Amino acid sequence: MIKIKKRWEIPESEVTPEPLYRRRREFIKAGAAIGGALLLNPWSNAQASYPVEGYQPRVISIDEKLTDEEDATGYNNFYEFGTDKEDPKKNSKHFRTDDWTIDVSGHCEKPGTYGLEDLLRPHALEERIYRLRCVEAWSMVIPWIGVPLGSMLQTMQPTSAAKYVAFRTLHDPVRMPGQQRSIVPWPYREGLTMAEAMHPLTLISVGMYGKTMPNQNGAPIRLVVPWKYGFKSIKSIVSIEFTEEMPRTSWNMILPNEYGFYSNVNPEVDHPRWSQKKERRIGEIFKRETLMFNGYAEEVAELYDDLDLRVNF
Amino acid sequence: MALSTVLKSAWAKPVVHLLCLVPLLLLVWAAFNDGLGANPVEKLTRETGQWTLRLLLLTLALSPLRQWTGEGAWIRFRRMLGLYSYFYCCCHFSIWFIADHSLDLGDMFEDIVKRPYITLGFSAFVLLLPLALTSNRAMLRRLGRKWKPLHRLVYLILALGIAHFLWQVKADYLEAEIYAIIAVVLLLHRVSPFKRLTLKSFTAAR
Repeated sequence: MIKIKKRWEIPESEVTPEPLYRRRREFIKAGAAIGGALLLNPWSNAQASYPVEGYQPRVISIDEKLTDEEDATGYNNFYEFGTDKEDPKKNSKHFRTDDWTIDVSGHCEKPGTYGLEDLLRPHALEERIYRLRCVEAWSMVIPWIGVPLGSMLQTMQPTSAAKYVAFRTLHDPVRMPGQQRSIVPWPYREGLTMAEAMHPLTLISVGMYGKTMPNQNGAPIRLVVPWKYGFKSIKSIVSIEFTEEMPRTSWNMILPNEYGFYSNVNPEVDHPRWSQKKERRIGEIFKRETLMFNGYAEEVAELYDDLDLRVNF
Repeated sequence: MALSTVLKSAWAKPVVHLLCLVPLLLLVWAAFNDGLGANPVEKLTRETGQWTLRLLLLTLALSPLRQWTGEGAWIRFRRMLGLYSYFYCCCHFSIWFIADHSLDLGDMFEDIVKRPYITLGFSAFVLLLPLALTSNRAMLRRLGRKWKPLHRLVYLILALGIAHFLWQVKADYLEAEIYAIIAVVLLLHRVSPFKRLTLKSFTAAR
């Protein structure tokens, strides 16, 4: 069902040639390109999403129709930019991500503040087509571009004391106007166990549909954990911390009896207020059955062999 | 033009009919022009649910309006607004039954029994039916004294509808809270000590 290309299956032509690789690095340097966009349209300081080059296409994919790009970039839960689905696209137009840095802290050998580019440089970008299942019972199929989170975390050299990874979203109510209302205890927080974070399916993503990450989808860098409900895939990350204790996560802080730390997609365990058995694929009218671990059971079920998923929802 | 003349004019009712149909027409227009967004079913469900509540609140605002303005003609529109609220409620229910439950009654009842917010919403929908059926003059005459207590069910229905809305909110309660506050004001107005109070403050303000 899931096709994972082995390294040796990637044709020579798809391996990033050096000039392209350099170009990609330049593209990621958002500032320069946006300077160009500004020249083109001096009335707008909007940050456009522009093509990424030199990624390996479809390294992991599924035989399902992609969600329309317009839907995937126009129907978003990103409360930092408003609580309506159409809000993030509207209210993030002027969000700028130039000189983005990520704070790395906790149990690791290489803590510090890293520029986005520096974190990405050692890794080859891959495209991965994943299902995204929202806890609200709708779903999409999205072609992400990114690198395995595990490879990135390894460069930070976590120590044996690191049992969890905690992530935080930017907290800046001026740039993220949704944060002016205290709907969520800002900043937004998420977390994974080390085993989940190091799992080969876990992606740290900087683009989608062949382009850089649109603001409303979590520019410039976000998590994608395809077997968990969408809210686990934290957006616009500014902090990565290796912890010994299970970190607190935003939705769990708001409603602990409804949103657990794990939040694996599970049709057998309902949300206390609604069913998780079915989902509406965006672009379809009728609902379809939700798959265990969002269809990734073969890859990830073993992570939870010792857990009662009803208790650890 | 005096308020009374406007409310009693021959075109007042057609205008209100038209206004009540505007949300429906806009939704139908949007549906045929790709205007319902990425999740049309959710949009239609939410909009028809919201219009059910808005029209129900308007229906219940008419008798306070009558007292505040001293103008009885507001009541001319009460049955009409109530029936439009029921109409949007039927749309709301149908979309949910068709798209969420694929017309499967067993599936639907399982949801109604298991999910408290759906239990509340469905109860409100069921309770609206007898009110709609007995809203015409003939039934009013036939029921006589029983008509009024029966139609007092509308207060319970409103409470159920508001609770149905509040209970499904994920984190942003703002809109549901606004409806709830309006509902509380309209209901309190019907309790006599508060009635005097709200009337007094209103006339004082005037």
